[in-house]
Amino acid sequence: MKKLNGIRLKHRKNTENCATVSLPLPHKIKLPMSMHMGAPCTLMIKTDDTVKVGQKIGDSDAPFSVPIHSSVSGKVTSISDYQTPTGTVCKAVEIETDGRQDISEEVKPPVITDKASFIKAVRESGVCGLGGAGFPTHIKLNPKTEIDTLIINAAECEPYITADYREMMENTEDVLCGIRLVKEKLGIKNAKIAVEANKPEAIKKFENMAENDDTIDIVTLPSSYPQGAEKVIIYNTTGRIVEEGKLPSDVGVIVLNISTAAFLCRYSRTGMPFITRRITVDGNAVGEPKNVLAPVGTPFIDILNFCKTDIDSIKKLISGGPMMGMCIPDINMPVVKTTNALLAFNHYDERKTSACIRCGRCVNVCPLGLMPAEIDKAYKIKDIDDLKALKVMLCMNCGSCTYVCPANRKLAETNQLAKALIPRK
Amino acid sequence: MNKLIVSPSPHDENYTKTSLIMLNVCIALLPALAAGCVLFGLRALLLTAVCIGSCVLFEFLCRKLMKRENTIGDLSAVVTGMLLAMNLPVTLPLWMAVIGSFTAIAVVKQLFGGLGQNFANPAITARIVLMVSFPSAMTHWVVPFFWREETADAITGATPLALEKGSELPSYLDLFLGNVGGCIGETCALALLAGGLYLAARKIISLAAPLSFIGSLALLSFIAGDDPLYQILAGGVFLGAFFMATDYATTPISKKGKIVFGLGCGIITFVIRHFGTFPEGVSFSILLMNVLTPYIEQLTRTKVFGAKEAEKNEG
Repeated sequence: MKKLNGIRLKHRKNTENCATVSLPLPHKIKLPMSMHMGAPCTLMIKTDDTVKVGQKIGDSDAPFSVPIHSSVSGKVTSISDYQTPTGTVCKAVEIETDGRQDISEEVKPPVITDKASFIKAVRESGVCGLGGAGFPTHIKLNPKTEIDTLIINAAECEPYITADYREMMENTEDVLCGIRLVKEKLGIKNAKIAVEANKPEAIKKFENMAENDDTIDIVTLPSSYPQGAEKVIIYNTTGRIVEEGKLPSDVGVIVLNISTAAFLCRYSRTGMPFITRRITVDGNAVGEPKNVLAPVGTPFIDILNFCKTDIDSIKKLISGGPMMGMCIPDINMPVVKTTNALLAFNHYDERKTSACIRCGRCVNVCPLGLMPAEIDKAYKIKDIDDLKALKVMLCMNCGSCTYVCPANRKLAETNQLAKALIPRK
Repeated sequence: MNKLIVSPSPHDENYTKTSLIMLNVCIALLPALAAGCVLFGLRALLLTAVCIGSCVLFEFLCRKLMKRENTIGDLSAVVTGMLLAMNLPVTLPLWMAVIGSFTAIAVVKQLFGGLGQNFANPAITARIVLMVSFPSAMTHWVVPFFWREETADAITGATPLALEKGSELPSYLDLFLGNVGGCIGETCALALLAGGLYLAARKIISLAAPLSFIGSLALLSFIAGDDPLYQILAGGVFLGAFFMATDYATTPISKKGKIVFGLGCGIITFVIRHFGTFPEGVSFSILLMNVLTPYIEQLTRTKVFGAKEAEKNEG
């Protein structure tokens, strides 16, 4: 089977052998009410309230949303407007920790009997896709169509990030238990764990543990970016093509991030909602790159200090990987549920864009076979019909085209701008 | 504390820049240039230097006149100069070479907007302009190694394709090594092949166009009863296929498009050689296909993964 295009990146997985360390409890945390895809939550507490670990502090009536829980025990000091790195504004709660970490009475193992109660429990856990996009998991696990394959996304194709890898190495048992839980409750026959070839240790570990289970397959993917993109991973593991406008569930597949699967297992046992997450801290401004387990809401500066970062030297701070991660404008912004990495760099070269030489590298690397050079031209003259014909709407912003462009043209960015020109139906 | 810089992703970059690509093309042309110097004497080097120098100068002056950013640093003018020199007979007066450079850089490249915007290959167009303007100087071929001879005057000889019917043809080995009359850089197939394969190995060119060009020419020659091996080794086929039919700006981007482009070049070259009055048709074939490139491009767009065909009621 022909594999989709990809690019070879330097993996730079410097932290792959760094066992996860817990961050000392921060003095103050900030919890924005919008951390993932979907409607922002409405606050359930007010200033001066005391909160406990695992207490629900925000929820929404919208089905496409997940509740937010406090990751610490302490006192609410302020509620203010907060601008997220994507530019949207929502409310944010500031909580001063009391150091006791009292666990809320709300935290108790969920009663899961059938599919409906499972989906409800998943929503209550506050979990969303932990790979970075943050799609609400309970929506993903409740498709309208018949599912025959569960794909566990363990590609982790972005450079630097090893958060999912550490989950695989440290909590292998949880991952398998999570997979079995989802399979059983949703009645899915087969599961495939898709791992990039650059993680041989993890592949070996899973192969040993799932040896006696023929319903769980380990699929080794080539180490090329963007292997973990949903459409790419579905095609490369099952050969199925998710067509334009369709969802993975339309081809009988659910793709779940490996850390999400492991979390679901732990939640079913303890009932502790999603309040801490593992973050890979790396980049050349970081003195001691680490994998840190931090409460959601921890200010980035606390984590950077914990990793002996030269704060004054930072020029660029990225939440996520270097290919798709987002720039953080303020070092005091908090960790959210989808923060899988924090990269601090002390250099930034302004790249000078020059004329397109039509070398075709962008076309050759696009995993979806788009033609960024042509889209760039059509965008310049605002030719909406041509942009539609070039299928710019399918671009997933993996950034491969910009990465390879010898003229430093910002093609991925242009694709996003071009999308905005096309009227939505 | 610095102000944090915010920019859209990706934040990583690779280091293959335009100038590095152009530098690699220059490197790939060095074997052909070296062969030209060995075969036709050191004047080949002088002519090449004049072409490169004048191309870079015209590039600089044009950008200055148009009040645009100086682009000689991207080395594309150096490539054009080198390619132009490869397409000239070694005896060409230097001032004619400068006219060629002017045509290539000022007229074909900069008037259309500079690097990547020209619709025709600058070096090919310059060769054709010179050929039409100075037909005798442009077809004044000398026999290889004439410079070793005692006589002061160069001995003229015809190119393999212009030989009278019935005269003794050069051997395949002579053709492969370039021991025949012709332009500085087009006779030695071995050196051109080495350069072309170097570019392919560095992933700078795709072999789709060269292979379909050479393949279709060989096949058509075979069908028509010409000697296919002789046809592809003689004349400018290798220079055209590896260095001109792979030019980024003037050939299609997609692989399908490149194959169509190569096929077109092969067919036109065959038609000109077999039926036309010109002995050689490589330059014309590439120029004609350059003109067709936008249309080929429209028809050979890549298939987008999972894309639906356009709905009939749309728009």
